[in-house]
Amino acid sequence: MTAISNRYDFSLVFEVTNGNPNGDPDAGNLPRLDPETNKGLVTDVSLKRKVRNFVELAKSGEDGFHIYVEEGAILNEKHRQAYKALHPDDGKLDKAAKLNPKDDREARKLRDFMCMNFFDVRTFGAVMSTGINCGQVKGPVQMTFASSVEPILPLEISITRMAATNEAEKKQKAEGDDSNDRTDNRTMGRKHIVPYGLYVAHGFISAKFAERTGFSETDLELFWQALANMFEHDRAAARGEMASRKLIVFKHANALGNAPAHTLFDLVRIGRNVDGEFRSVDDKRIGNEPPARKFSDYLITIDREKCPDGVEIIEKF
Amino acid sequence: MSYGIRLKVWGDHGCFTRPEMKVERVSYDVMTPSAARGILEAIHWKPAIRWVIDAIHVLEPIRFKSIRRNEVGHKAPAGKIKSAMKRGDLGGLQLLVDEDRQQRAATVLVKPAYVIEAHFELTQKAGADDNEGKHLDIFNRRAERGQCFHQPCLGTREFTAHFELFSPETSLPEAIPDSRDLGFMLWDIDHQAPGRPSMFFRAQMTDGVIRIPQPGSAEVLR
Repeated sequence: MTAISNRYDFSLVFEVTNGNPNGDPDAGNLPRLDPETNKGLVTDVSLKRKVRNFVELAKSGEDGFHIYVEEGAILNEKHRQAYKALHPDDGKLDKAAKLNPKDDREARKLRDFMCMNFFDVRTFGAVMSTGINCGQVKGPVQMTFASSVEPILPLEISITRMAATNEAEKKQKAEGDDSNDRTDNRTMGRKHIVPYGLYVAHGFISAKFAERTGFSETDLELFWQALANMFEHDRAAARGEMASRKLIVFKHANALGNAPAHTLFDLVRIGRNVDGEFRSVDDKRIGNEPPARKFSDYLITIDREKCPDGVEIIEKF
Repeated sequence: MSYGIRLKVWGDHGCFTRPEMKVERVSYDVMTPSAARGILEAIHWKPAIRWVIDAIHVLEPIRFKSIRRNEVGHKAPAGKIKSAMKRGDLGGLQLLVDEDRQQRAATVLVKPAYVIEAHFELTQKAGADDNEGKHLDIFNRRAERGQCFHQPCLGTREFTAHFELFSPETSLPEAIPDSRDLGFMLWDIDHQAPGRPSMFFRAQMTDGVIRIPQPGSAEVLR
């Protein structure tokens, strides 16, 4: 596997309709908000999780495409039994002091083994407790928090369930209740949704780090695929409808790059669509417009004229 | 002593974690010299040179915000990887996030922007063809074009740093008119010594500028 030899920067635009793209554990699972601007946020780790899940589905255990940081059941339960039989005193493995690699060479071997087998280690990196310079694998792919183009307005939706969790709850309900049967056993719940939000995440792929982890062109294609399809396989009651809408990739002619990343991201402008006319989201005149509720309420323009030499703009979709 | 460089770095967030508050991360008020060094090294570094930070200018008011995320509780154990290598089987090597989850809040900086003033020195490893002019040119060329080894970050990798070089002629942007004692701050980590101890200094912001003590000076405390 030869590593990629170009630096890439990318801008991923995705939308959410009547769903919660990323709940905030600090705010009772409300959609994350930037308190100063009221723009929505989706953390980098949330997006990485979806990429991992997609790769796991797409490659389901193919050699070299395992996922290290997994969710849910382990597919190789059989292996695990064999493993347990081999190491009945697994507890010893946790005493890391004796298990540190002897030298850099061994640490490197461990690292290469992990990179070779696990797609997510190769892509995003991993921290391994090797005790040598933290044994970190820095992955070539780095993502930032996604932030919505305009402020979002989270709605709190109350929902009911026609069942009680347990007997005690049922009793409690019956005591304070003198109405008809229909409300018997009913419990209330809450959902938080964003009616509509268009989010932009920026990402960076370092060719130099790719050399270290062996992140190849094949991996890159798979990664683009994952960005395109990650929401298609992440349907859930909480998510509503999410979709990747646009992926703009800036391919640099060489490994170090040909332009500062921020100038490239500035070439992509997202504004409101007012009767086919582009209006910047800071434009005071859009205050009278109804709130955006669909993707066609936005326009995305790419200023190809200003694209620096040695940078190729690729619209993946 | 070579010519210094001046680099503006900025981003949406930054988290220069205080070593005493690492679990629920709390950022220092300003960028640490060691983070600044990391940014410069992300643009250009060779074993022949060592970056030395001279000053950090704070261009934006110091503001914080809290972000709570689901994180994984453990690192990948080297021992397990080793035994999997021996067995030639990946079973049991995965990390189950939903069984090993920690929710941690991070108190991060909002919209930080700095100017890093720095120079570099040649190290023991410098060969015959390493001279200061060469490395300075390489750095300046890269920084001007926005080239980098990997995209630098403001403390943690999810908080990207954008950067821009100031040529020696241009005047620097105005720092914030704020003076305060920032207390003891991490200066850098001594990677040469066993156990890699941290070194600290007493950070004093004067009109938005923090002067950084030079390596080996008495102000750097171990």
